[in-house]
Amino acid sequence: MNPAQSAATSQPLLSIRALRYTWSGDAMPVINGLELDVEAGQRVFLAGASGSGKSTLLALIGGLLAPDSGSIHFAGTDLGALSGSARDRFRADHLGVIFQQFNLMPWLSAVANVRLGCQFSRQRRHHAGDAERAAHELLSAMGLAEDRWNRRADELSVGQQQRVAAARALIGQPDLVLADEPTSALDVDHRDTFVDLLFEQARRAGSAILFVSHDRSLAPRFDMTRELGEINAGSMA
Amino acid sequence: MTLPGLARASLANRRSAVALTVATIAISIALLVLVEQMRGQLREGFYRSVSGTDLIVGAPTAPIQLLLYSVFGLGNPTSNVTWTSYRDIATRPAVGWTIPISLGDAHAGFRVIGTTDAMLDHYRYAGRQALEVAHGAWFDDLYDVVIGARVARAQDYAVGDRIVLAHGGGNISLQGHDDQPFTVRGVLAPTGTPVDQSLYISLEAHTAIHIGWESGRAQLGALLTPEQARARVAALTPSEITAFFVGLKTRAAVFALQYEINQQYDREALLAVLPGIALQELWRITGLAEQILRVVAGLVVLAGLMGMLTALLTTLNERRREMAILRACGARPWQIATLLLLEAAWITALGIVFGLVLATTAQVALAPWLLERFGVAVSLAWPSMWQWLVLAAIWAMGVVIALVPAAMVYRRTLADGMQVRQ
Repeated sequence: MNPAQSAATSQPLLSIRALRYTWSGDAMPVINGLELDVEAGQRVFLAGASGSGKSTLLALIGGLLAPDSGSIHFAGTDLGALSGSARDRFRADHLGVIFQQFNLMPWLSAVANVRLGCQFSRQRRHHAGDAERAAHELLSAMGLAEDRWNRRADELSVGQQQRVAAARALIGQPDLVLADEPTSALDVDHRDTFVDLLFEQARRAGSAILFVSHDRSLAPRFDMTRELGEINAGSMA
Repeated sequence: MTLPGLARASLANRRSAVALTVATIAISIALLVLVEQMRGQLREGFYRSVSGTDLIVGAPTAPIQLLLYSVFGLGNPTSNVTWTSYRDIATRPAVGWTIPISLGDAHAGFRVIGTTDAMLDHYRYAGRQALEVAHGAWFDDLYDVVIGARVARAQDYAVGDRIVLAHGGGNISLQGHDDQPFTVRGVLAPTGTPVDQSLYISLEAHTAIHIGWESGRAQLGALLTPEQARARVAALTPSEITAFFVGLKTRAAVFALQYEINQQYDREALLAVLPGIALQELWRITGLAEQILRVVAGLVVLAGLMGMLTALLTTLNERRREMAILRACGARPWQIATLLLLEAAWITALGIVFGLVLATTAQVALAPWLLERFGVAVSLAWPSMWQWLVLAAIWAMGVVIALVPAAMVYRRTLADGMQVRQ
């Protein structure tokens, strides 16, 4: 069902090779020779303390930053070969993003926030079909009570907001969900439920998950765990 | 949700601040529209009253003054025209008709005009419309008076009522022609000209009530009784009138006759003016004030748009996180910058719409006052093509001004990426 999955190539969904990035003004590169593969539909846990370059890596994968050297191939496309605007379109088509907090437009309803996830990509709108219904299904699957669907996002609790954010990341079946500490604002019970729901819906959508967190107790639930410190020489320097 | 939808939702979220910005722009637009509309409407309103008259002849004075007192009842005549000169000009072959008028009396603040049947037969306003007697008939008896529509409404007069005229043109007159009361013979249909606020009596009546007033005040014993006056109607032809309107058989002769009256008339010094040209002259004088008003209105619009710019700029910080969210959803920087342009487009458009509503309301509110004060009827007019263009230009300017915050958002969005660290 997912184009990346059905492709008869042995290529991984995401393939990062010898990636280097230095913030302007910094002496040391924050990403230094990073290598990482993510297969289609795979759930990858990337462990690392804050300041280890997690967010920079996600911005590079998201195409918001261009690497100094090295390559990021996504479903066979070399991100480095794309223009800034083409990378934006690529992100809209293939990635869903969840952050620790501030995921939602505060003045839009939960449903409108979810629909925003496929607003900027024709491909994802096409996958979602009836976007309103797809949003309802996802919100329902993520366990958000129906009476919350049309509430303003800033009237929802933090836990509810993260579920809406996950629904938005998943609408239109993106190839990869980038999750940057999505559970750090949740207590343990909510955290586990959230991860369960996220996994279930990502599986249904056929989306791979790249889950970045310092909370290693989550790691056993993933298909693969990578220590950012091991794959990125820069963070050790 | 599409970009315009997002822009609308964002505006709705900040609705009180947006409402204030819209109100500022609306007021400035209303001022601009009102100045333009009133300018045009006033000119048209004034022109309405004189459109059927070729020449106005009176004692020498400034052309505008002659026009204002003879037609609009503004100001007072300085001197009169002798009856013999009037008859001499009235009987020229080129002259089709004349309407003599004698001013000087008032009733309840409205002007009383001594004239003849020619007023009913020949006076034309607003594209050749003749006067119409709505109730009753034109004056016939010496002590008949025909009243304008507005006089009838304001004083609640009907045909058959008896009224007393006051000497002098003011609102309050201490001296009246109490001894010679008049009967309302007819009420004219409304015209939207100063006719509505005038009372018409015959020239003979005007003469009769002024016998004994030669010194400027009533001399008891010298005044006529109505019976005496009726007995000597034939002798009541006035020796002087205030002015007269002239209609020519062919309009082409107007300049020749005007030249003759102004330059070559040797019986007495007279002034003949073309009402249209006198009005033009009036507009030239008021033109400077209009220009200043226009410039002021334009500056106020600019201030309104600057207010919008300020309002948009102050939201940029609180929007930073929202912009990052949109970026994370795949929005390109230009789409995010477009959001600001769309918001500005909405605000300006709403300002223009509410401004038009406000201007229309003000016009409706001002119309009765203008009619009362100047006898000028202003009607609601749809803005002209030219005004629509100006409004469109203002709308475009609002969007162009928003390029400033849009450019800032564009640059910031590129730098911030998907996440804003606070």
